Amino acid sequence: MLHFPTWKTAIVLIVLLVGTVLAIPSLMPRATLDAMPSWFPKQTVTLGLDLQGGAHLLYEVGMDKLVAERLNNALDDTRAALRKANIGYTDLAIKGNTVTVTLRDAGSVETAHDQLKSVLTEGMELTADGSTLTIGYSETGLTQLKQRTVEQSIEVIRRRIDETGTLEPTIIRQGEDRIVVQVPGVTDVEELKSRLNAEAKLTFHMVQGEGGVGAVPPTMMDLPEEDSGQLLRVEKRALVAGENLVDAQQSFDRGGLPVITFKFDSVGARKFGDATSKNVGRRFAIVLDNKIISAPVIKDAILGGSGIISGNFTVESARDLALLLRAGALPAPLTVIEERTVGADLGADSIEAGKLACIIGLAGIIVAMILLYGIFGIFANVALIFNGILTLGLLAAFGATLTLPGIAAIVLTLGMAVDANVLILERVREEVRNGRSAITAMEFGYREALGTIVDSHVTTLISTLLLFLLGSGPIKGFAVALLIGVSISLFTALMVTQLMTSVWLRRTRPKLLPL
Amino acid sequence: MWKPIHLVPPNTRIDFMRWHRFTFALAVIMTLASVGLLFVKGLNFGIDFAGGILMEVRAPQQPDLADLRGRLGGLGFGEVALQTFGDPNTVLIRLPQQEGGEGAQQTAIAKVRAQLGSGWDYRRTETVGPKVGSELVKNAVIAVTLAMAGIFVYVWIRYAWQFGMNALLAMIHDVVTTIGLFSLFGLQFDLATVAAVLTVAGYSVNDKVVVFDRIRFEMRRYKTMPMSDVVNLSVNETLSRTTVTAGLTFISVLALYLFGGAVLHGFALALMWGIFIGTYSSICIAAAGLLNLRHSRIRGDGEGAKEAGKGATRGA
Repeated sequence: MLHFPTWKTAIVLIVLLVGTVLAIPSLMPRATLDAMPSWFPKQTVTLGLDLQGGAHLLYEVGMDKLVAERLNNALDDTRAALRKANIGYTDLAIKGNTVTVTLRDAGSVETAHDQLKSVLTEGMELTADGSTLTIGYSETGLTQLKQRTVEQSIEVIRRRIDETGTLEPTIIRQGEDRIVVQVPGVTDVEELKSRLNAEAKLTFHMVQGEGGVGAVPPTMMDLPEEDSGQLLRVEKRALVAGENLVDAQQSFDRGGLPVITFKFDSVGARKFGDATSKNVGRRFAIVLDNKIISAPVIKDAILGGSGIISGNFTVESARDLALLLRAGALPAPLTVIEERTVGADLGADSIEAGKLACIIGLAGIIVAMILLYGIFGIFANVALIFNGILTLGLLAAFGATLTLPGIAAIVLTLGMAVDANVLILERVREEVRNGRSAITAMEFGYREALGTIVDSHVTTLISTLLLFLLGSGPIKGFAVALLIGVSISLFTALMVTQLMTSVWLRRTRPKLLPL
Repeated sequence: MWKPIHLVPPNTRIDFMRWHRFTFALAVIMTLASVGLLFVKGLNFGIDFAGGILMEVRAPQQPDLADLRGRLGGLGFGEVALQTFGDPNTVLIRLPQQEGGEGAQQTAIAKVRAQLGSGWDYRRTETVGPKVGSELVKNAVIAVTLAMAGIFVYVWIRYAWQFGMNALLAMIHDVVTTIGLFSLFGLQFDLATVAAVLTVAGYSVNDKVVVFDRIRFEMRRYKTMPMSDVVNLSVNETLSRTTVTAGLTFISVLALYLFGGAVLHGFALALMWGIFIGTYSSICIAAAGLLNLRHSRIRGDGEGAKEAGKGATRGA
């Protein structure tokens, strides 16, 4: 006990020094830290959304809707393709994840097969069984589609948030068809949600006439006009779609009303040019998310690939729509299935409350330890304070996130961290009672208590580890802080106090321990 | 230097095991009562598990809760629960899960905001849809079960299966009564509570391991001593540590309860109860459960024999 090897001393001091350096930036006020020279470590603990304020949104990608829509399109396209090729058919229907059709003449299977190849979209397969043709998703096709759709959605969400500039979102895929969007510091969450939720699917369709009269032919659909709610009958097939847009900006028309100017890529420009030159004098509908924004009459062929969308816009709404069009449409609808939003005020209050609880808990334990164990209590307290500093330092170094439950974990760790010292010191007392000399009693205390300390810590770590693995969000923060705190307490409570105790024993050479 | 306090006087010899029949009976009654409460009264599930909407809003001046209840109740969202939270100006609004799928929750939030009007500060908004809620329940149950199983296996390997079994039974007692407490007082049961329950499980076993360690040690040292004496001796020897650690942890959790803010109240409360019950169950359930253990169950050779030798010289 008297002899504490130099290399051990060196390790202890180095760890404490490194840990403290890592923790310092997190303990300094933001402004002071920013004013520090560039060599100064700047890595601080990341505050969770519950502490700094922000929105946590869990979205589900509406795959069912996307698949249903794709199948519907395939159904329409199949009908059109077979009619165009004059192939007789019956029983054209959607069954599960497939479209099936039976040909009247088994001899035309080959021709039909060729024709229907153009109907296929991503992930779909075309199979023939006798005179029945099946278009549909296989397991792998569906997985592939899911994968792509989620990736595209993430990309669109990122662009939509980035368009506003200042926010630093975290957007990650979760599970098969979910996306977590975390946006720290966002003030208007409702606005953010409505921006992210908008499908922004823009399409152009030819108008057939008034809607709501008679049966709707299979190639047509009735859509409401946004302002009047009046139905117009338009062709299902889109002339051009938003995916061919390369730019969209808010501007003003000659009358000074806000409009959106847009530009197509070469494919879009050609399609739009063809359609408008063939249909001069007819109306076409500009459709956004199944609502008609406007349905102007085509005066001339529009060949330049750019155009104007006018509608009942305000400058604001035109600007928002332009932004959405630039960022692109969501491939599938998104639904918020979990939301946790915290205002910056509440976050700041939580930090203050957490700090206060930390300080008071620490003060209580420091006083109790000194009353209970005198000078050794002071050693344990020094170790305890280092435990806190090192925990903070490691959290910062790992880039871990500190949440409110994380602060709770740090406070809780205060009590659990001194447990090792309590175990040792109680053991030392017993050894003294059993008649051992001061120094051997100390030595026995550390040695005998070690096994117990390790065992008792491991059980705590097991439950904490499971919390970490299965917990979500703030609870993970609790687990991380507790894991780090309890692990570090093994080092601080054993090594750091041992170093101090051995120095003290060497200096004083006591006959009796003040314990 | 002052004389440090000895919380538990040296050579304390309380005959804990005398009451073991009573404490066992009490443990069984409390566990069954807790389970009964769960069936009869159930738990006040927070939105994490029940789904629904929670909004923490702050008004510029003290809001009229009755008026607010009337206005929000009129929106037709079902039962609207209101309570002041932390300070008189802050109100916690809780709406049940809305019918009509995941999107309906968002519509409801918008309607509440519209009804409240301007001037309110939206401190916190949480919605949990039906799918997520049921997954969170599943994960919580898995976490608690795996943690208990993991701890059981660890204690089994490190000691003997009787130790593992006793630790497990005591842990179940602690966890079930903690949950029972939440049912009894109708406290909100959410994800943070599950974290607290798992922490209680960890703490509980942490405490038992210290007592077990000593029992194993004394069993090797006094190979012929009756088990009740071994357990009593061990419990008394570790009593000082047990109370000190429980006390210190309690101090830190109490600080959390009093100053950590309203959000952490339930969490801190569960831990306070857990520290108390975990300490109690170490002595009166886990240790007492070893009364029928035979010395031969503990490997006496090797390491044990050495320790026994040391013990003999020390015993003088």
